Amino acid sequence: MTLRVDDLRVHYRTLRGEVKALDGVSFGVGDGEILGLAGESGCGKTTLGKSLIRMDGRMRLAGGTVSLDGAELPIGDDRRMNPFRFKRVSLIPQYSMSAMNPTRRIGRMITELLASRGESVDTAELERRLDLVELPRDILGRYPIELSGGMKQRMVMVISTLLDPSLLIADEITSALDVSTQKAVARTLVEFRDRGFVRSMIFITHDISLTYQIADTIMVMYAGRLAEKAPASVIVSEPRHPYTRMLISSLPEVGVRHAERRLSGIPGRPPALLDPPQGCRFRDRCPLAFDRCAEDPPPIEVAPGHHVACWKA
Amino acid sequence: MTAVPTGRNEALYFALRNGKLLAGLVVLVPLLVLAAAAPLIAGGDPNAYVATPASPPSAERWFGTTMFGQDIFAQFVYGLRVTFVVGVLGGGLAAIIGMAIGFTAGYRGGLVDEVLNMLTNIVLVLPALAVLLIVNAYLGVRSVGVQALFIGLTSWPWAARAIRAQTFSLRSRDFVDLAKLSGVRTWKIITREIAPNMSSYLFMTFILLFGGSILIAASLDFIGLGPSEGVSLGLMLNNAARWSALHLGMWWWFIPPGAGITAIVGALYVMNVGLDEVFNPKLREL
Amino acid sequence: MMLSLEGVTKTYRVGAFGTATLTAVDDVSLDLVPGEVVSLIGESGSGKTTLGRTVLGLLTPTRGRITLDGAPARPGKAYYRHVQGVFQDPFSCYNPVFKADRVIKMIKDEYFPGVAASEWEGRIEKSLKDVGLDPGQVLGRYPHQLSGGQLQRLLIARALLLDLRYLVADEITSMLDASTRIDVLNLLADLKSRGLGVLFVTHDLSLGNYISERAVVLYRGQVVESGPTAAVFGNPLHPYTIKLLSSVPRLTARWDGGDPAVPAVEVSAGPSTLVEEEPGHLVRRSGTTLTRSVS
Repeated sequence: MTLRVDDLRVHYRTLRGEVKALDGVSFGVGDGEILGLAGESGCGKTTLGKSLIRMDGRMRLAGGTVSLDGAELPIGDDRRMNPFRFKRVSLIPQYSMSAMNPTRRIGRMITELLASRGESVDTAELERRLDLVELPRDILGRYPIELSGGMKQRMVMVISTLLDPSLLIADEITSALDVSTQKAVARTLVEFRDRGFVRSMIFITHDISLTYQIADTIMVMYAGRLAEKAPASVIVSEPRHPYTRMLISSLPEVGVRHAERRLSGIPGRPPALLDPPQGCRFRDRCPLAFDRCAEDPPPIEVAPGHHVACWKA
Repeated sequence: MTAVPTGRNEALYFALRNGKLLAGLVVLVPLLVLAAAAPLIAGGDPNAYVATPASPPSAERWFGTTMFGQDIFAQFVYGLRVTFVVGVLGGGLAAIIGMAIGFTAGYRGGLVDEVLNMLTNIVLVLPALAVLLIVNAYLGVRSVGVQALFIGLTSWPWAARAIRAQTFSLRSRDFVDLAKLSGVRTWKIITREIAPNMSSYLFMTFILLFGGSILIAASLDFIGLGPSEGVSLGLMLNNAARWSALHLGMWWWFIPPGAGITAIVGALYVMNVGLDEVFNPKLREL
Repeated sequence: MMLSLEGVTKTYRVGAFGTATLTAVDDVSLDLVPGEVVSLIGESGSGKTTLGRTVLGLLTPTRGRITLDGAPARPGKAYYRHVQGVFQDPFSCYNPVFKADRVIKMIKDEYFPGVAASEWEGRIEKSLKDVGLDPGQVLGRYPHQLSGGQLQRLLIARALLLDLRYLVADEITSMLDASTRIDVLNLLADLKSRGLGVLFVTHDLSLGNYISERAVVLYRGQVVESGPTAAVFGNPLHPYTIKLLSSVPRLTARWDGGDPAVPAVEVSAGPSTLVEEEPGHLVRRSGTTLTRSVS
């Protein structure tokens, strides 16, 4: 198991109190595994991704532990995290356009970046990887402004995986891209994993169809908690949590026409996380809710590798 | 939160509960009253030689006297008057020109923007003081009103540029398009949709122009281009400096006008922060 | 009442001295009829948003014309009484310093100043009910206190207060969550069945496929394929449409090993025309080769 997260709790400090954005999440990511993290806005998926690499000033670690390759990852301590960042845990930023220093040639920027981590550039390896993502080698002598959006995204992907991190976090990296570019980027991620550039990956997106294309396992989150986690095909074909079921049945697939089959969404809104309600957080929107839902449903392993947090599962 | 009234009363409701706004008013209103009531409080001529020269504050002469025996309190209240007038007229005029040009250039864009931008830049690089010198020498008009007019006509360019930039970014927002789709006319879009979004910014622009006018007026007074008679806080400060009040330890000569200018500009600034909270519903809840 | 676009072209001057021109929309002709949803599908740079804004009169076409019921469309109250728009970012459509229901008050001030307050309230209530909103939950609130879905519905409710015939919906669901997105789509479909014509601008093929009767695929400002949705999606003929469809992530199948053998999409440098391959199904072919088969 590359990554092990136990009962992770991360809160946001606001002037009105602490928002419990991540409220007790446990999961693992295995060697060579791509975990797709799905959920709607405010479910805590971005908070989870951020807290594994860098917490921003408003975030506070309220509990839980994270271990990477068997050793503790000190996510609550900004300074102790520094040796891990980029080397062991790396991130592909959502906005690659602003991720590179515009005043430096790309090659020089990479040299400086590696030097700041006490590493030197393996030029042969770098060029090999540029070839792999179909970027010209002379790109190292250019400035970021000379690159197109898709080229920048690929360049950033190469840079963030240059030191072969154990864990790569990709947060909504394709949501600003066109359909065809999105496919190429998603495929490159799989390629990176297959070639061992990264040992494991967390792919965060709101688009379950896209996650399904590349992830081995999909974890669905709701209101700061884990709702369901299972192999990708199981989540899509046999979801057990009512939220997952409703979410998937609300997706219009190419081929589904309103005139023939009217899909429906999920009524209501997720609860406010400033003061979340007791018990199951999906209770208010769930058609199956019953008395027992006033208690917190623990995630249960209903089948090998299939965890569901629901009393009815 | 208890029941909050709606409509116009809502702004008043939040205004009356805003500490910063109230604190600003507590400083500003007495100074305004003092300035308005100057003749009643301080009698006729503030420059009259009425008492022992260079005497420190006392029960009789609250702020003491100058090197020449003029009553500093009388000068202060009359000076406040002139200062307010120059600030309001000069700053107000500059704000009006700056807003008109900034809004028009920013909203219209294109050729209109190019022309207005050129005009703004020309006025911006004019050596204002030299122009004032020449104009003054030819016209020889030395009233407070004319001084304010000249200040107003020369100090608007940066405000116009700032407002233009803000308008430029706001006009591409969807709510402006939605107002167009509602059939709202252009001037109404500017005044009702764009301007309210920068109301605190506009107010701050006015405050800075107001403060700037006061300071420019003080400089003009110093080089002898101010009103030929009367007194202003700037003139008091410059007189104090000219007669070495600091070296002579006559703190009562320069502290009142200095504190007066600081208090006026500072109070306006604090009010501005408060107004921001009143007008911006997002800030209210923090 | 038909809304027609005839050869609409929009070019921009670019470059340091405006020497170069950029053609954002290139000779697009399109008819909208009541009770039909037409989806305008394209990726970034396809000109779909420019075209939507041109229909709304927010941009003036460089060439070509737009007519409503035969009369030239001019931005103004007469046109906007029948043609309205909803945009992508619900939060940007509301002036943040005012309450959300101001968008409704604006309609009252501009179009119905004479209507009595009590009658107006009744109309608001009806229109909110039509879009599935509870008046108590949205009226008197600030935009940041409402959800994206509520804000988009409120904008549609606003448009319904007018004598609305056509709605330009520009990416209106792309900032909404999956669970609320579909409800907004269903709402559009309901309004369509009551006679509204909708121009549904989107980059998302599955959404366009779900809701529309006709689909128009735009590429670099040009219509490359148009026709009944079932034909365009079921039997795509233009290489670009084929490529787009093969790139869409689906829940029913994973992407297969390689990209399908699709000829590279080339920008036709020479003249090209729209050819009617099937009844109503138009495909852009370059002027010289009128090959009908696409492998």
